[in-house]
Amino acid sequence: MEVRVQNIRKEFGRFPALDDVSLDIRSGELIALLGPSGSGKTTLLRLIAGLESPTDGTIFFGADDASKKSVQQRNIGFVFQHYALFRHMTVLDNVSFGLKVRPSSRRPPAAEIRRRATDLLELVQLSGLEKRYPAQLSGGQRQRVALARAMAVEPNVLLLDEPFGALDAQVRKELRKWLREIHDRTGHTTVFVTHDQEEALELADRVVVMSKGAIEQVGTPDDIYDHPVSPFVYGFIGQSNCINVTLSSGEIWFEDRPIGLRAANEPDGAATLYFRPHDIELIDGCGGCLAGLVTASRRVAGTRHLEIDLGRAHPPVEIELPPERASSTDHTRVAFRPTKWKLFRKEGDIAAAQPVEEPASQLARTGT
Amino acid sequence: MALDTSTAPSAAPSKLVKAATSETRFARRTLIIVALGFVALFLVLPLATVFIEAFRKGPAEFATALRDPETFSAIRLTLIVAAISVPLNLVFGVAAAWAIAKFEFKGKAFLTTLIDLPFSVSPVISGLVFVLLFGGHSALGPFLQKHGIQILFAVPGLVLATVFVTFPFVARELIPLMQEQGTSDEEAALSLGATGWQTFWHVTLPNIKWGLLYGVLLCNARAMGEFGAVSVVSGHIRGQTNTMPLQVEILYNEYNFVAAFAVAAVLALLALVTLVLKTALELRYSDEIAASRRH
Repeated sequence: MEVRVQNIRKEFGRFPALDDVSLDIRSGELIALLGPSGSGKTTLLRLIAGLESPTDGTIFFGADDASKKSVQQRNIGFVFQHYALFRHMTVLDNVSFGLKVRPSSRRPPAAEIRRRATDLLELVQLSGLEKRYPAQLSGGQRQRVALARAMAVEPNVLLLDEPFGALDAQVRKELRKWLREIHDRTGHTTVFVTHDQEEALELADRVVVMSKGAIEQVGTPDDIYDHPVSPFVYGFIGQSNCINVTLSSGEIWFEDRPIGLRAANEPDGAATLYFRPHDIELIDGCGGCLAGLVTASRRVAGTRHLEIDLGRAHPPVEIELPPERASSTDHTRVAFRPTKWKLFRKEGDIAAAQPVEEPASQLARTGT
Repeated sequence: MALDTSTAPSAAPSKLVKAATSETRFARRTLIIVALGFVALFLVLPLATVFIEAFRKGPAEFATALRDPETFSAIRLTLIVAAISVPLNLVFGVAAAWAIAKFEFKGKAFLTTLIDLPFSVSPVISGLVFVLLFGGHSALGPFLQKHGIQILFAVPGLVLATVFVTFPFVARELIPLMQEQGTSDEEAALSLGATGWQTFWHVTLPNIKWGLLYGVLLCNARAMGEFGAVSVVSGHIRGQTNTMPLQVEILYNEYNFVAAFAVAAVLALLALVTLVLKTALELRYSDEIAASRRH
């Protein structure tokens, strides 16, 4: 089912947890709410569920205004961060709970409830554990029981709060792949909250990046990574470097020299240049580049990370190179230039509204 | 010599090396003796004395003492008062613990403090409060008299005083338990479509049942044994408003030691049964109790 969040505001006391947030969730989509702690992502999830009520704004499930409905009436499936399994009930009873508590007019017969619960346990690969209690299960198994329990009520939308947060790295990776499979098979509209960007980018159809109670960007994982729309997203998703630069008649200057990048049609003034460590090219002989001394060098799996000191007043930047190219540059001077980058103007500057992004083809290719 | 040192560690260790965290045998024994001695002196000895005194003149005398109509009436009254006040405190305790553990509201800290009031106030004052509220010279007194409602020196007064004194037991037992468990189980039940009552019966109550049972047992033990507050509101009418602890005092003051200790023995027995019951339940359901704490 399609879910539309419109101009939602939520205050706890006087502290606004969400400020004028709008979001369209498409039917059948797997969408991630990603952000640091305190960004309001869990609050948004709980508002959709009806576990919190908004200070202002509306939430639509399809054409229905769900914000006037109680959590029971919304018919959602919610998976809690610590699963919240009923510890005194067996796995089978946990999964059947949502069907058993229905008023008799809507309750399926006992045999049917049992069959559905058994089917779901099979779907989440827990057949044979029906009689176990939650305390007798591993973390990953509890997680799957919680998911089966939420799906048993055939929810309009499936909501997961940090679904893999309490699991160790290995189990987390397996369950991630598994959740994607389950989603593709059942087609539930699914929203999950995470602070793990790898999880969000790998799993979701679309990612909602949140910060300080507002949505920074909504897009496919590719969009979010390749075309961040704000300094926050640039900094939060993946690795990035930022350096303070000056614009002068369409050219970008770092300190007292141009770095060989052009930003045509941009007014002069100060700006911040963002680029990713792997979006760079090394340059021999510098007629317009960034240059500095290599201060540290680390090998991370298939790449080598170099930390480069650009000068006293600047924090070091990091670049990534194939190991064979990097070996010759250890503890020496290195010259490079970003191939993909983005400019952001200081806040309050009018130009800030339109960040500049130059494809590599438009670069002034001096020195190569 | 050089060769010797290399073999030394493997030759001797079992007797010389001891675990770093264990105390010396002397320290261990001393601690055990101190603890056992204290328990024997202050708990077992007085309790044993009660039973020895009760049976000093043989079981026949013991039985006669209990068959006395006044004593019998005291036992009955105690059971009635406990049977009314314990269920009341069960309901109040669960309600108060629920409110404090699961909701956020103004005055929550104040309410938490207030629940402890009966523990911190002298029982005599707890009784006196009701005399001042419902006595003949109080504001309510004339009204009650006019309508023939008897609160003081009757069962209602005894129940009120007992409820007041035993109020904290259930709530105190449940508040930390419910706070630790949080609200996510309840939220899960609600999100699955359960109503408030269904959530309470199928989720909350099973989660707190052991704490609740423990609180009820303690509450019951105190309800039957309360002396101070009950003494103030009772009026000591023989055969009518005397509970067991009051009856013990009266008999003792009359130098009727066998009867006094006989009643005391029954009272002590009730307490022991309560404890045995609790231990038996804990043994029987230890797995489940452990599971409910662990998960």
